[in-house]
Amino acid sequence: MTVSVRTFDDGAWVSVDNERVVGVSELWRLSGFCPCEVGDVMLEAFVEADSTDEEVKASAVGRCIACGESGSMGWLTVGRLVDGEFRRTDPNEVQSHTAEP
Amino acid sequence: MPSDVEQWKDEIYGTDIRAHIERFAEEGWESIPDDETGAWFERFKWYGLYHQRAGQESYFMMRIGPPGGVLKPGQFRTMAEIAREFSTGPAENPIFGNGWLDVTTRQAIQLHWINLEDVPEIFERLEASGLSTIQACGDSWRNIVGCPVAGKDRHEFVDAETLADDLHDAFKGNSEHSNLPRKWKVSVTGCREGCGQGDINDLAFEPAEREVDGEAVRGYNVRVGGGLARNEPRFAKEIDVFVTPEEAVDVAAGISALFRDHGDRENRYNARIKFLMDEWGPEKFRRVLQDDYVDFELPSAGEDLRSEYSYNAGTTHGHGDHVGVHEQRDGDNYVGLNVLVGRIGADEALELADVADEYGSGEVRLTQRQNVILTDVPDENVDELLAEPVLEHYSPDPDAFQRGSIACTGTEFCSLSIVETKNRQVRYSRWLTENVSLPADVEDFHIHLSGCTASCAQPQIADVSLRGMKTRKDGEPVEAFDIGLAGGLGERPQFAQWVRQRVPADEVPGAIEHLVETYVAEREGEETFREFARDMDEEELAALCEPKETSYEDGFLHNTKRTWYPYAEDDDLDASPAPTNPDDTPVSADD
Ligand code: HEM
Ligand code: SF4
Ligand SMILES: [Zn+2]
Repeated sequence: MTVSVRTFDDGAWVSVDNERVVGVSELWRLSGFCPCEVGDVMLEAFVEADSTDEEVKASAVGRCIACGESGSMGWLTVGRLVDGEFRRTDPNEVQSHTAEP
Repeated sequence: MPSDVEQWKDEIYGTDIRAHIERFAEEGWESIPDDETGAWFERFKWYGLYHQRAGQESYFMMRIGPPGGVLKPGQFRTMAEIAREFSTGPAENPIFGNGWLDVTTRQAIQLHWINLEDVPEIFERLEASGLSTIQACGDSWRNIVGCPVAGKDRHEFVDAETLADDLHDAFKGNSEHSNLPRKWKVSVTGCREGCGQGDINDLAFEPAEREVDGEAVRGYNVRVGGGLARNEPRFAKEIDVFVTPEEAVDVAAGISALFRDHGDRENRYNARIKFLMDEWGPEKFRRVLQDDYVDFELPSAGEDLRSEYSYNAGTTHGHGDHVGVHEQRDGDNYVGLNVLVGRIGADEALELADVADEYGSGEVRLTQRQNVILTDVPDENVDELLAEPVLEHYSPDPDAFQRGSIACTGTEFCSLSIVETKNRQVRYSRWLTENVSLPADVEDFHIHLSGCTASCAQPQIADVSLRGMKTRKDGEPVEAFDIGLAGGLGERPQFAQWVRQRVPADEVPGAIEHLVETYVAEREGEETFREFARDMDEEELAALCEPKETSYEDGFLHNTKRTWYPYAEDDDLDASPAPTNPDDTPVSADD
């Protein structure tokens, strides 16, 4: 099943099949983004979005509210596709920050 | 690779969009194919229609931009009537009710909760009144801003009203300039005070004088590349060009074409001309303009008036706004009225239109501080006008905090926002008015609140700048603000210094209280806040605004983004009635 994934509203949202599903300005738990062991990163804008058969990924710019580090980050998993249905990732689930997209 | 937006614009853009809007309006919201919404919403912006945020599908914000903020007699009434009839939503705002107009920091009016089906009729009414939404949003010439009292002002040096109108006529609907890489914001200043805010625009015309063929000629110096958004604020740079009022449109066309051809169309975050200016610098910019885009010799800059600039200059002799009764050049008066956070109820707007007709010429002007001005009031009418009940709320003599407060759209309607803005700013200003006192010589204290780094409320040029953020308080995510201090314009403009990060929204009034009390206690003579703060370093500034909980209670601390409308009784996203029919009933309910 392929879905159509893109950023929307000047980077404010990731849309899946033209529905806005994940928005900016939430706090995500990320390791590797900043000096914190697990950063508490507020996403400010999505830059790119993509999907595989199982996952919807996005890259974003953000800022860690614990240490203040800001900048762009690599792919985050913002949701999973289960039987073609989108389920958003819990932002409290710790993700490791991968290389720049 | 060109961005999605560039591909959509290549297919259909500019005036060609109109017929499609008419068609979708005729066939109804649901006729927009699901997989084309991104493309169509992007294009609709060119006609001043901005799709509202998640949970408010099928509703649009509509922006109407009169050049220089000048609304001719009758035009403000037309907009108030449209607001009353069409700009109502499925839930009330607890402070503002349902049906209002927002005056914006770029001298436009925004209406919300507009249904697509109603747009053709609204367009017809606007056009019959001489108004239009063309290029109010989108990648093109936006509303041309300027001195809000151009043509009337005793401090006028050149006629900015005529140039703003000429530019509007030349570039609205002009297919050569309708598809630019990004928004294009232009300002025309004609007065000695600098109230056109040219420094923060992509292209600025600033009053100047120069000798041309042995004669002193009044005209404009040109600056390029200002803007505030995305943590990359820039003041416009002098490009060492003087234009006469007659040549200004041609030079503007050259600069706009240069941006059209050389601006970055691959990365929208890098597209504004400020980034091209970073790359090229003013000398190369001028050279390319001269060589490729104008066919006469550009004179070097004339003598400017910047040393006289007093608008938002943070000096004791300066003026921060146009509020109050002021004499015009022709002996009549203009009366500036304070509009807290720019929002005017539709019924009150009709009352304002009535008093403008009765005591003045009927003209209403919009300022870059989200206020309105009634012009052409003869001396003998002033007292009666001031006694009108509607001026109690929209006051020519407001409290300093009410007077200085500006707020952007925020999570109420805006997708990008991190925090609730307008209702909160109203509550902040009320709390400050009740709990904090300023000396009588401080007539206005500028607090600008923006919901995100796009900076639509121009936070960087205020005494106190608030920019939406998130933080955790007792483990829970809460809405918060970064606090910046001591920004402003004038001869030497200066952006606020960000000195406090992520202050929970309920601790902001306490921080401002502390700051004002320290300022009042320690200032010398009648020092303005900007003068007081001028020699302080970041640490000293931060010490001024210690966050603190107070009696202020914040109604919107927890993630207004996750609601469909932050003030609805059941605000859960799943409870949203959208998408809806024009009568606000859910689309699915009637078929
Ligand atoms: C639905 C609400 C709004 C949205 C989605 C929105 C969107 C944006 C965006 C994306 C930017 C950044 C542009 C860039 O990349 O340079 C921006 C900047 C700006 N907008 Fe808005 N805006 C909204 C409302 C307003 C309002 C109410 C005004 C007042 C007319 C306004 C005036 C401005 C100004 C002054 C700036 C920043 C200055 C600059 O960079 O030139 N916007 N807006
Ligand atoms: S500053 Fe941000 S939140 Fe406020 S209106 Fe502009 S884009 Fe929206
Ligand atoms: Zn961190």
